[in-house]
Amino acid sequence: MTMVDAHVQGGHAITPPTGTARLLAADDPAHAAHLARFGALPGRRGADAVIAELERAGLAGRGGAAFPTWRKLAAAAQSGRSGVIIANGSEGEPLSAKDSTLLHRSPHLVLDGLLLVAAELGAAEAHLVTTSAQLAPIRRAMDQRADAGGIRLHETHDRFVAGEASAVVNGIERGRAIPRDHVVRLTASGLGRRPTLVLNVETLAHIALVLRFGADWFRSIGSSDDPGTRLFTVVRGGERAVVEAAGGTLLSAVLRAGGADPARVRAVLVGGFHGAWVTGDAIDAPMSPAGLAPFGASPGAGILMVLPRGECGLARTAQITAYLAEQSAGQCGPCANGLPEIAEAMGRVGRRDRNSSLPRQLRELTALVTGRGACHHPDGTARMVLSALDAFDHDLRAHARGLCQEAAA
Amino acid sequence: MSTPTRSGKVLHIDWTRCDARGSCTELLPELLRSDPWGYPLPAGGGSDVAIPAHLAAAARDAVGLCPVLALRLS
Amino acid sequence: MNEALWALGRGTGVVALVLLTVTVVLGILTRSGRPAFGLPRFAVTLVHRNSALIGAVFVLIHVVTLLFDPYAQLNAVDFFVPFLGSYHPFWLGLGTVGLDLLIAILVTALLRRWIGQRVFRVVHWAAYALWPIALFHSFGTGTDAGAPLFILLAVACSAVVVGAVIWRTTTAFQLRNRTTPDRRIEPSRIAADQKTKELR
Ligand code: HEM
Ligand SMILES: Cc1cc2nc3c(=O)[nH]c(=O)nc-3n(C[C@H](O)[C@H](O)[C@H](O)COP(=O)(O)O)c2cc1C
Ligand code: SF4
Ligand code: SF4
Repeated sequence: MTMVDAHVQGGHAITPPTGTARLLAADDPAHAAHLARFGALPGRRGADAVIAELERAGLAGRGGAAFPTWRKLAAAAQSGRSGVIIANGSEGEPLSAKDSTLLHRSPHLVLDGLLLVAAELGAAEAHLVTTSAQLAPIRRAMDQRADAGGIRLHETHDRFVAGEASAVVNGIERGRAIPRDHVVRLTASGLGRRPTLVLNVETLAHIALVLRFGADWFRSIGSSDDPGTRLFTVVRGGERAVVEAAGGTLLSAVLRAGGADPARVRAVLVGGFHGAWVTGDAIDAPMSPAGLAPFGASPGAGILMVLPRGECGLARTAQITAYLAEQSAGQCGPCANGLPEIAEAMGRVGRRDRNSSLPRQLRELTALVTGRGACHHPDGTARMVLSALDAFDHDLRAHARGLCQEAAA
Repeated sequence: MSTPTRSGKVLHIDWTRCDARGSCTELLPELLRSDPWGYPLPAGGGSDVAIPAHLAAAARDAVGLCPVLALRLS
Repeated sequence: MNEALWALGRGTGVVALVLLTVTVVLGILTRSGRPAFGLPRFAVTLVHRNSALIGAVFVLIHVVTLLFDPYAQLNAVDFFVPFLGSYHPFWLGLGTVGLDLLIAILVTALLRRWIGQRVFRVVHWAAYALWPIALFHSFGTGTDAGAPLFILLAVACSAVVVGAVIWRTTTAFQLRNRTTPDRRIEPSRIAADQKTKELR
């Protein structure tokens, strides 16, 4: 879309954002600033046209799995029944801050996206789920506009698996945000057995922009396999910085934008606790699915955790694995029994136990839990642990001899 | 050796219900082993098992005899 | 003819008591998730179900024969509403309560796929009430109640059931590794520290 099509709002033209600041382009979180920057909601055009526009845009989900958003909408629309839209702002991953930042900085874009999708798909209900710290800013935003009264706001707990889509549905339905078994997709049968569309809040904010400014504008930035911008959370020590960058930006550039010096980085955990450790060349890889694939990683929910030089990746992995084992909802046998055993073995690796069979045990245990749970928590945990065994292969051998090259201690 | 004909049925394990009672592993030893904790382990991993035609009856028994209704055939 | 009916009624009642005893013990074994008496686990469940169904058939014969019995003077209402009969109203009433419980347990067990595991389990616990009720009923109404053979049988059945129930309540009953859906874990320190940091 070009300037010619610029929206006209209150007498002055709205120009679509041109740089990489899109989601975070408004001056402040108030509705007035939102309207001044992005203009009013676009008119209705029908579900088919919306789905086609999102397909042309190539928008993929920002909740972690990167599933094409248009496909999810098409599946929900296909059922022909009036369904439920849920904005997922649970952000269960403790490293991530991008969803909470978005909800504080640009709550109206998320509300726009939620209202637009609900209206276009003829949904009977629209829900927004988030943790306690975001409730006040969202309520404030909802009060600033007349059309958000129908949105139902829910508070969820700060648990890792609480943000998984079926856990979100469970939380709304029964007040317990733990995953549940679903043989059919939620888009066919979810909340109250109705077709249910669970979308990450960042995904909804992008939808609000695509439906305003068009697919071509969306694709005008980013790479062909990862068009548009993404929110990244760069984590160094206790600090977290949220960065909006074009899809396919080099990992090192995102790190720099987040305040981390790539030269002092030993490894990066890409994609958060369910992600993959990358080292060396990967630091200059493009942050897109294709760019990261050779390193066994994917952008996921945009989390980049820096391991500085001088810190032991295996010890850090052991700490994370212990956390993930604790965060199992404890309802699926292989997850409830397997993750603690993985954490135990990983803990021994981290403590430089001289048992040389530990890596083999870890490979067996991770294979055993993968795919055997009601949610992908075991799979994500297994992936992260395996990536550590590969990325820190050198240290692994040193640890088996009771040495650690990195940490002097 | 030809591959056994598929029955078109898939056995799904609901891990949130399964309590490692092990009767399915006894009824379908060809398809399910027992993992170190007693939970059913499909040959190819995962939560879903394609049922060959000659085991369709055993799979139905497994569904009917799971004491906690953790199995589904679809 | 009447003598024959009376004998049939008593005989089927005694057999039903034995089958219910077997059913309760096998039910507890099913719950334990262990193989037993050389039977694999699935067979324990299967025999539990079948002995329950056969036991129910005996109860049915037991009840129907008594319907035609001139001494007992039962009518259809007495089958379902307890304590109204003229013959030993209390002891017979126990039998009626037992029959109602049995029907409830069987119907919910056969429909468990539709009513769900939770309802099934709650109703199924009535089995622990059903068994003693059936026993007391047989003592109160049975003409054989004083017969040494019957007493021996009743004592044996009681011993088995009481033993099984005691085992059921001990900690040894639970196998390790079981997952309980309500297990609660406190969020770890990593989560707490990082989440409480101010966002902006
Ligand atoms: C067709 C009829 C029946 C079926 C299909 C059936 C099925 C089952 C199943 C699947 C269990 C295991 C439940 C679990 O593991 O959570 C069980 C347990 C049990 N059943 Fe049955 N049952 C039937 C009839 C009966 C009857 C008539 C009685 C009573 C005499 C009975 C007594 C028990 C007992 C005592 C338990 C153990 C319950 C516990 O302690 O949790 N069942 N039954
Ligand atoms: C263990 C686990 C935790 C998850 N946590 C979140 C979360 O906190 N927020 C989120 O948006 N998606 C989370 N997801 C992904 C959701 O299941 C779902 O795919 C997503 O919300 C869909 O939105 P999207 O298509 O816009 O990405 C999680 C998935 C898993 C397996
Ligand atoms: S796989 Fe683990 S985290 Fe996921 S629902 Fe099952 S027990 Fe919970
Ligand atoms: S029979 Fe049911 S409870 Fe037992 S192992 Fe199989 S699925 Fe799990």
